[in-house]
Amino acid sequence: MFYRLLSVARRQRTSPGWQNWSSMRSNMSTAEAQSIALPAQAQVVICGGGIMGTSVAYHLSKMGWTDIVLLEQGRLAAGSTRFCAGILSTARHLTIEQKMADYSNKLYHQLEQETGIQTAIVDADGRIYIRNWQGGILSGGFEKNPKPIFTEGKNQLEIQNLQEDWDHFEPLLSSLLRRMPELETLEIMKLVNCPETFTPDMRCIMGESPVVQGYFVLAGMNSAGLSFGGGAGKYLAEWMVHGYPSENIWDLDLKRFGALQSSRTFLRHRVMEVMPLIYDLKVPRWDFQTGRQLRTSPLYDRLDAQGARWMEKHGFERPKYFVPPDKDLLALEQSKTFYKPDWFDIVEAEVKCCKEAVCVIDMSSFTKFEITSTGDQALEILQYLFSNDLDVPVGHIVHTGMLNEGGGYENDCSIARLNKRSFFMISPTDQQVHCWAWLKKHMPKDNNLLLEDVTWKYTALNLIGPRAVDVLSELSYAPMTPDHFPTLFCKEMSVGYANGIRVMSMTHTGEPGFMLYIPIEYALHVYNEVMNVGQKYGIRNAGYYALRSLRIEKFFAFWGQDLNTLTTPLECGRESWVKLEKGMDFIGREALLQQKQNGVYKRFTMFILDDHDTDLDLWPWWGEPIFRNGQYVGKTTSSAYSYTLERHVCLGFVHNFSEDSGEEQVVTADFINRGEYEIDIAGHRFQAKAKLYPVTSLFAHKRRKDDVELSDLHGK
Amino acid sequence: MSSTVSCRILNSARNHLATFQGGRRLYSRCISNRNQSKWRLFSRVPLTLKNSSPCGGFALRKAYRHTSTEEEDFHLQLSPEQVNEVLRAGESAHKMIDLNSAVPNSVLRFESNQLAANSPVEDRRGVASCLQTSGLMFGIFDGHGGHACAQAVSERLFYYVAVSLMSHQTLEQMEGAMENMKPLLPILQWLKHPGDSIYKDVTSVHLDHLRVYWQELLDLHMEMGLSIEEALMYSFQRLDSDISLEIQAPLEDEVAKNLSLQVAFSGATACMAHVNGVHLHVANAGDCRAILGVQEDNGMWSCLPLTCDHNAWNPSELSRLKREHPESEDKTIIIDDRLLGVLMPCRAFGDVQLKWSKELQRNVLERGFDTEALNIYQFTPPHYYTPPYLTAKPEVTYHRLRPQDKFLVLASDGLWDMLGNEDVVRLVVGHLSKAGCHKPDLAQRPANLGLMQSLLLQRKASGLHAADQNAATHLIRHAIGSNEYGEMEPERLTAMLTLPEDLARMYRDDITVTVVYFNSDSIDAYYKGS
Repeated sequence: MFYRLLSVARRQRTSPGWQNWSSMRSNMSTAEAQSIALPAQAQVVICGGGIMGTSVAYHLSKMGWTDIVLLEQGRLAAGSTRFCAGILSTARHLTIEQKMADYSNKLYHQLEQETGIQTAIVDADGRIYIRNWQGGILSGGFEKNPKPIFTEGKNQLEIQNLQEDWDHFEPLLSSLLRRMPELETLEIMKLVNCPETFTPDMRCIMGESPVVQGYFVLAGMNSAGLSFGGGAGKYLAEWMVHGYPSENIWDLDLKRFGALQSSRTFLRHRVMEVMPLIYDLKVPRWDFQTGRQLRTSPLYDRLDAQGARWMEKHGFERPKYFVPPDKDLLALEQSKTFYKPDWFDIVEAEVKCCKEAVCVIDMSSFTKFEITSTGDQALEILQYLFSNDLDVPVGHIVHTGMLNEGGGYENDCSIARLNKRSFFMISPTDQQVHCWAWLKKHMPKDNNLLLEDVTWKYTALNLIGPRAVDVLSELSYAPMTPDHFPTLFCKEMSVGYANGIRVMSMTHTGEPGFMLYIPIEYALHVYNEVMNVGQKYGIRNAGYYALRSLRIEKFFAFWGQDLNTLTTPLECGRESWVKLEKGMDFIGREALLQQKQNGVYKRFTMFILDDHDTDLDLWPWWGEPIFRNGQYVGKTTSSAYSYTLERHVCLGFVHNFSEDSGEEQVVTADFINRGEYEIDIAGHRFQAKAKLYPVTSLFAHKRRKDDVELSDLHGK
Repeated sequence: MSSTVSCRILNSARNHLATFQGGRRLYSRCISNRNQSKWRLFSRVPLTLKNSSPCGGFALRKAYRHTSTEEEDFHLQLSPEQVNEVLRAGESAHKMIDLNSAVPNSVLRFESNQLAANSPVEDRRGVASCLQTSGLMFGIFDGHGGHACAQAVSERLFYYVAVSLMSHQTLEQMEGAMENMKPLLPILQWLKHPGDSIYKDVTSVHLDHLRVYWQELLDLHMEMGLSIEEALMYSFQRLDSDISLEIQAPLEDEVAKNLSLQVAFSGATACMAHVNGVHLHVANAGDCRAILGVQEDNGMWSCLPLTCDHNAWNPSELSRLKREHPESEDKTIIIDDRLLGVLMPCRAFGDVQLKWSKELQRNVLERGFDTEALNIYQFTPPHYYTPPYLTAKPEVTYHRLRPQDKFLVLASDGLWDMLGNEDVVRLVVGHLSKAGCHKPDLAQRPANLGLMQSLLLQRKASGLHAADQNAATHLIRHAIGSNEYGEMEPERLTAMLTLPEDLARMYRDDITVTVVYFNSDSIDAYYKGS
């Protein structure tokens, strides 16, 4: 929670409204004290009658749920909603936030033609906003030095009775008077000091609890409650009524967090960083500086000493790239850019090494589960939960989606069959809570079926490159050639002195190489051995930026970025990973059958930018509009510079909007192929070649002609 | 995070040399005014340099990672925030909670802070409330020749006082519990700073000696326990004698033995206050000081000193020393304003070099201690004829608190070297009024935004805005950051805080300050009630 400061200034003190308000308020609360008895039960109980609670109640009743109890400790909208400045913003950072804000705007207009929506002026440099207010102005802002407070166990009045702190408000007042010097003659009405809720990543928290079914949360609005209120309430109401919202809300999903982000110290430090960012420019690839080094690989110190620069995902530190000793990077503030970043050459060298020699990337952050049973229960439940056929010979690895009823991706994993009754499942890092909750929800209560989160038990090293095979065979005294160790194969073997290393022939990049899943106590040993032996093969460390470039140039989609709960395997060319006829039903099969018959309404496409100057033009990052024959057809979901193609590659979904009605129509391969495409980067359109299949020449080191690891998941 | 960051800054500040070339004038006052070390000839030899001989004056040694000689051109500028972090690292504050609402506490709250110059810091502090009797105790302990003695006194002294004050019945309960191996009654409630350390290894030995003390008290058969004056007087001397005896008695445990030796061969001055209702007792041995801030009815502030510094500038101490020793020693007992030419305070705990006979010192040390490893410097000052020369006997002052007594400041000489009594009262009063005007009153609020802004900017410029929440921090900031004219100089403050470890002690001493605020209303009520 934070102080937010509003200065209310007014030209005349005599005008009614504000002053009368407080007395009215106290009268109201006495009247409300003698309220009616609460019903013993209800279909929905909403705790909190601010803008979020009332919005959810409104939308639930619109959808036909009327048995709703809304609880509020004070008056309706008397919490932080009461102190909000009444500002609706229409330009948001995330797509889903934009949708919520747009919907809210429409809703408020519709609710009351005259809502008093006025223009507010935002001076982002001065961190302030200004608007008309009862004959005067109302101004507030988001200071650089927020003061966190925690409010558990405090009632509303206590929180609202925060004392005014003019010294704290001074920077905001100064920037107000610098922007509008005329205002200095205004009389001071009131300084309101009210707390706001903030979250560790500046996005609100929405969705069903992973542990208590039927318990939904909508909170942590990062002081944009009014902007999001309508839309957020609608999506949550849909979620409650239909079981899923009509939009992809993963970015806001409660389950992106776990218990690991709930430390008070972590929250305290992180929210102090988050709040000042509200009015800061959001630059690509920004990493939070506080609340770091929580989860680390055992190799962290080794890698850090070798120049690793880190990014954090779900609390886990992951190397971005390795700065060579002779190279200096820009200071953090100067490194903010939408253009070619300072790490370009560094990543290029790492990519080149992956292509020509061998690199090692620490990928320990992956979520790793083991599913084991005494009989066939594990296989049965996995066959039901996953779209690909998992009844494969022991030692095989299967790429498969974990789909919902609509056929959309809830998760995208690789599953290795360790033995008849045991499977090892690898998912993206931030799936740790969501995937666990999904599996638990669908797994039968059976003591003979065991699900275990083994994320912390293994350090994962990715050996990428044509010489990976040489390094590994030298360390294991075993032949590692494709004949002995075909692609997408998993075998426990010894590496160096360490036994029981799970070696998998896949790299999540389409490049040749191996993933090693190493019990953590062997991590340092195996890493040292790999680096020692690898020396003569030109081994070096690499980071996730190199990985990302490699996987995007090969058209590998990534869950959470390209894929989400509303995209199906058929929409991204992954028919081969769906076994509709595997002999048993699975979640999403019905929807996919239908989609197969009817065709898809959007199609995952790769774009190679033609006339883009990497050095001088703004780079694509994500969310750039895609134009086909001059018509808007969708947005990019991710992009990267391909050092091999020497071009930027963007991935994104192409829709087919009817020219008359705007309605979505079927997208065929023909439709994709017969268009002229442009990608719009900050208002400048660049020509792009659209491709539905990866560039085959990139797979220079094919292990076996028909067994290319054609598409993959957790890159980024 | 804040603690780790401040540690980091503290270290980097200590380890690096500030902008020295241009800034030398900043220290002129300190250099000319101060004798840098309390122990002149007893300067400690850091462990890392076992074999070098001790040198006179201030020890300038290359014992730490970064020193002045290594990085002469290093410029380190601390931001105002970093300055604040360094200054605030040792802060602690406590608001008294009235457990018994019928009798409101006469102490409203206290604020404390500590800034090290020695590495490690040799000052200690303590705050605790007596659980078997009523009353709060505040102590400042300024160690010299190491921190061992100050540490021991800070841990143990309050127990001796608390036990001295106990009624016969309570003492019997304590003894009964010990005999039957039952849990003891709780004696003290410590109000500690999280960074304050504690010697854990030897507490059982200490408890044994405390028990011997209360057994002797039991033998006195005094129903109500000692008076506070007696309790303070006895406790100081008893603890000092225990410290002295512990090392003469054979000890089995190696750790305890070595520690006891370090405690006895280092020293500490002590100043403590006991507050119970309107009864304020201050006991002092050495050159720590306690003063009262008094506001008269006409609003004027004044200072009431509660202690006398026990050093060469105190005539009554001089005459005491002369009285206690033969006339032949009149000329040698104080040389260069130091006791026997070596020690600045003339009362202290420990320092058995100035208390024991030469034979006893030799006997004890010949029992096979590795004195070099233990950092003990065996030394007999010249003109050492009629020990003991040093005592821990305190001077006890009683003051009956009046409603006009607003606050008590206890501090080690590191503060008083830099600031006079009146300066300290003025700064605390200034701090209080600033804290008060932190919430502008609606009635006095500037009429418009422009005026408000200029007022706020003024406050910011005068540093009031960054106002130390803690009065002790405020005092330390001014002690080291004020120039000859008593004006705050930010550059000077930064320079003083970025002194390398080996130089810091030349310009300033360890500073420890505790400011205790009294509740005038409840003091008023005492008088009205009685």
